[in-house]
Amino acid sequence: MTPTRKKRVFLISIMVVGIAIATSFALKAFNENLMFFFSVTDVKAGKSPAKKAFRLGGMVVDGSFKRKEKSLAAYFDLTDNESVITVYYNGILPDLFREGQGIVSKGHLREDGIFEAEEVLAKHDENYMPPEVADSMKAKKQALK
Amino acid sequence: MMKFIHKTASPPYFYHLSGLWIPWLGMITLLLLMAGLYGGLIYAPTDYQQGESYRIIYIHVPAAWMSLFIYIAMAGAGAIGLIWRIKLAETVAVCSAPIGAGFTLLALVTGSLWGKPMWGAWWVWDARLTAELLLLFLYLGVMSLYVAIPDKRVASRAVALLALVGVVNIPIIHYSVEWWNTLHQGPTVTKFDKPSIDLRMLVPLLIMAVAFKVYYVWSLFLRVRVELLERERNSQWVKELLKQNKESQA
Repeated sequence: MTPTRKKRVFLISIMVVGIAIATSFALKAFNENLMFFFSVTDVKAGKSPAKKAFRLGGMVVDGSFKRKEKSLAAYFDLTDNESVITVYYNGILPDLFREGQGIVSKGHLREDGIFEAEEVLAKHDENYMPPEVADSMKAKKQALK
Repeated sequence: MMKFIHKTASPPYFYHLSGLWIPWLGMITLLLLMAGLYGGLIYAPTDYQQGESYRIIYIHVPAAWMSLFIYIAMAGAGAIGLIWRIKLAETVAVCSAPIGAGFTLLALVTGSLWGKPMWGAWWVWDARLTAELLLLFLYLGVMSLYVAIPDKRVASRAVALLALVGVVNIPIIHYSVEWWNTLHQGPTVTKFDKPSIDLRMLVPLLIMAVAFKVYYVWSLFLRVRVELLERERNSQWVKELLKQNKESQA
């Protein structure tokens, strides 16, 4: 390579590396704000904002879903396998909402420790399989128990 | 080796070679698309949770992969153009931008259509979605910067710099789902573990991915040829080409 080209390679690499470092610092500084939701443990540890609305993410605990008769109001528990929090929601739930499913909900923490949601979004996982495979996996899990 | 690269990268030679390749590339794209769509929409089994709606991944996922792949190709070609001042590399970088922007838009729109029934929202400002939207703006920025500067060789250099600055966004998009809590799910195929997708669903997805790649090359060649003719309109080889064309028509 000729000296001019070497110089260009050098300048370009410095530029790209410099931008990468600057961006990584910026992202580190804003790390908290880039989180789309708080985990249940974060909320229990008091890391979530006290009076403002925030998003809470977790898995719906099996067998915890209770709906008030003749209304849309529902209570269910969310967990991240460490802590549990009860959520109250009055509205239409997305298709993928079910027990054992990951969800993200927006709302605020009431004084009695119940999370009152204004919006519930279902979080899909990265697994794709046909129903018969899912069934046989479930059967195997049951057999292990 | 260097000799071969210099020969292939010379505009008249590339123009000739790409002319031979284009019909084949178009045909391969069509065949792969048909195979991939048949596999994805008919052969692949239904998902245990999402039912039929998951089939949008056969467009969404390859389009999202392409949006990243084309950006890397564009920035790479831009860097080569900057360092060695190869005209063909400059042209490849410039002509990649609209194709990449198209795939990015496709990924955003299909994701949004899937998000409404599955998540319960058309759009959320999570890290993955926001970074992908930024990628669309980067592509649009590259395209508008190029048309804003009249001298095409100067424009190519400016565009290459902008593309290289934006490269930092690529790992952010890819790792966003691992670094932060996002509503978007984690990677299914592009991870070190075994892909968490049934093989009968995976194969059509990979066929679609290859189809989109070949489509990119095909579409890129078509665009590069036009751009080369326009840039080199005063050179000897274009004039000769025009003369031949006129003779064959007469």
